[in-house]
Amino acid sequence: MIEKLVFYLQYPFVRYAMIVGVLIALCASLLGVTLVLRRFSFIGDGLSHVAFGAMAIAAVLRLTNNMLVVLPVTVLSAVLLLRTGGKAKVQGDAAIAMISVGALAFGYLLMNVFPTSGNVSGDVCSTLFGSTSILTLKKSDVWLCAGLGLLVVALFVLFYNKIFAVTFDETFAQAAGTPADKYHLLIAVIVAVIIVLAMNLVGSLLISALVIFPALSAMRLFGSFKKVTICAAVLSVVCAFVGIVVSILAETPVGATIVAVDALAFGLCCLAGRLTGGNA
Amino acid sequence: MSILQASHLALGYPDGGIIVEDLNFTVNAGDYLCIVGENGSGKSTLMKTLLSLQAPKAGTIVFGDGVSRREIGYLPQQTMVQRDFPASVKEIVLSGCQGRCGLRPFYNRAEKALAAENMERMGLTDLADKCYRELSGGQQQRVLLARALCAARKVLLLDEPVAGLDPHVTAEMYALIERLNKEGVTIIQISHDIAAAVRYASHILHIGSEVFFGTREEYLKSDAGQLFIAFQKAQAAESGVLA
Repeated sequence: MIEKLVFYLQYPFVRYAMIVGVLIALCASLLGVTLVLRRFSFIGDGLSHVAFGAMAIAAVLRLTNNMLVVLPVTVLSAVLLLRTGGKAKVQGDAAIAMISVGALAFGYLLMNVFPTSGNVSGDVCSTLFGSTSILTLKKSDVWLCAGLGLLVVALFVLFYNKIFAVTFDETFAQAAGTPADKYHLLIAVIVAVIIVLAMNLVGSLLISALVIFPALSAMRLFGSFKKVTICAAVLSVVCAFVGIVVSILAETPVGATIVAVDALAFGLCCLAGRLTGGNA
Repeated sequence: MSILQASHLALGYPDGGIIVEDLNFTVNAGDYLCIVGENGSGKSTLMKTLLSLQAPKAGTIVFGDGVSRREIGYLPQQTMVQRDFPASVKEIVLSGCQGRCGLRPFYNRAEKALAAENMERMGLTDLADKCYRELSGGQQQRVLLARALCAARKVLLLDEPVAGLDPHVTAEMYALIERLNKEGVTIIQISHDIAAAVRYASHILHIGSEVFFGTREEYLKSDAGQLFIAFQKAQAAESGVLA
């Protein structure tokens, strides 16, 4: 088994997949904590469906670099969805549901009406559940992912205290002179970027798992924001790594395997939380 | 010079009609002002306006006496998000210093000392590493009060500070606020508990169909105050009959 792993690790594409997968998982888990606490768990799902729709448009337009369409569209949707709620005509959860299903249907429709390859259902399936594209990453993709990933981590560390203040009590933060709106905007943009990156890894249907599982698992165990954040990050990285290794060894789909490992970790954390009283 | 002077203030929803018009009141250093009124009378809107979260429809609010509009410590009502929030007492109290930070990413030593001092003042030092969601209602309010004191030393704006607390803890909370007031903190408190307002406040602002502003003694003599006293007497008589 070890020999098989070492054999695969000789190939650069496997190493690239490892690096990118772990980085994406790290970023997703960092923001997951604030998204889950602000009751925006479904944002990952919604935005990834938007990204799916945008990808379909890019494919139909036969753009060589579909990021040019996918990233702006997803960022815009994120800003609209995460804008401070309450003022919107459509409630937050309903808005997310509406946009996500709408974009999914629209994307699928486009892919069928203007097929770009002979195998439409294959294309759709790989966009939804994560393709093998994580294993076909070019060096430039890895650099892009690594750069953006590090940028996200840096931003998160620098704005950590502000993100906490805004997440815990938006009104208080605003009254004390913290521009809560701007930080919400920042979070929205970062979330959109992560989701577009993560689509390569787990596909659009499974992204939510990377966002919410580590945060929920960590919350079972710890009672302080800092500990929850650190625990979520560590859990997410470990799960992504284990998931990728297992998928290589057992020849299972990458995305689904990572999510299964995340779910397993959640179960274990629940159990551990029961035993320790949830306050380690 | 007073800390805060509101003249000819008109309040309303951001995209709606006017709720209250021509409000005039002043708050001086050391005052304990209670803002009372029925549901929907505009108490919350007044509070948002005082915190500059919302612009007044007309009139002005002038801050003075070395207090700027950002130096009002605010004790909001609990939100759904906070009930099961994984955060330690220390983290929450320290977040009260956020307004002072500007773009600086981390808290400095002075801010950490301030947080520790206010935790001590609210009797929270032993609970510093406890998780907020595991505290009792009264303890949670004390945490939020300590946070408000980190944001501002001189003026506190309390929004229904005893909502959802049992009678015993309510009395403790009022005693705590009274102590802060005696230590020189100016209190502006929103409440629909007129009995407590009459008992603790130095000034009362009653908004609604009838607007009244004055000291507690003047309030008890006014029409609104008389109405309240009559109501309380009736209630006392009723409970006397039941007992």
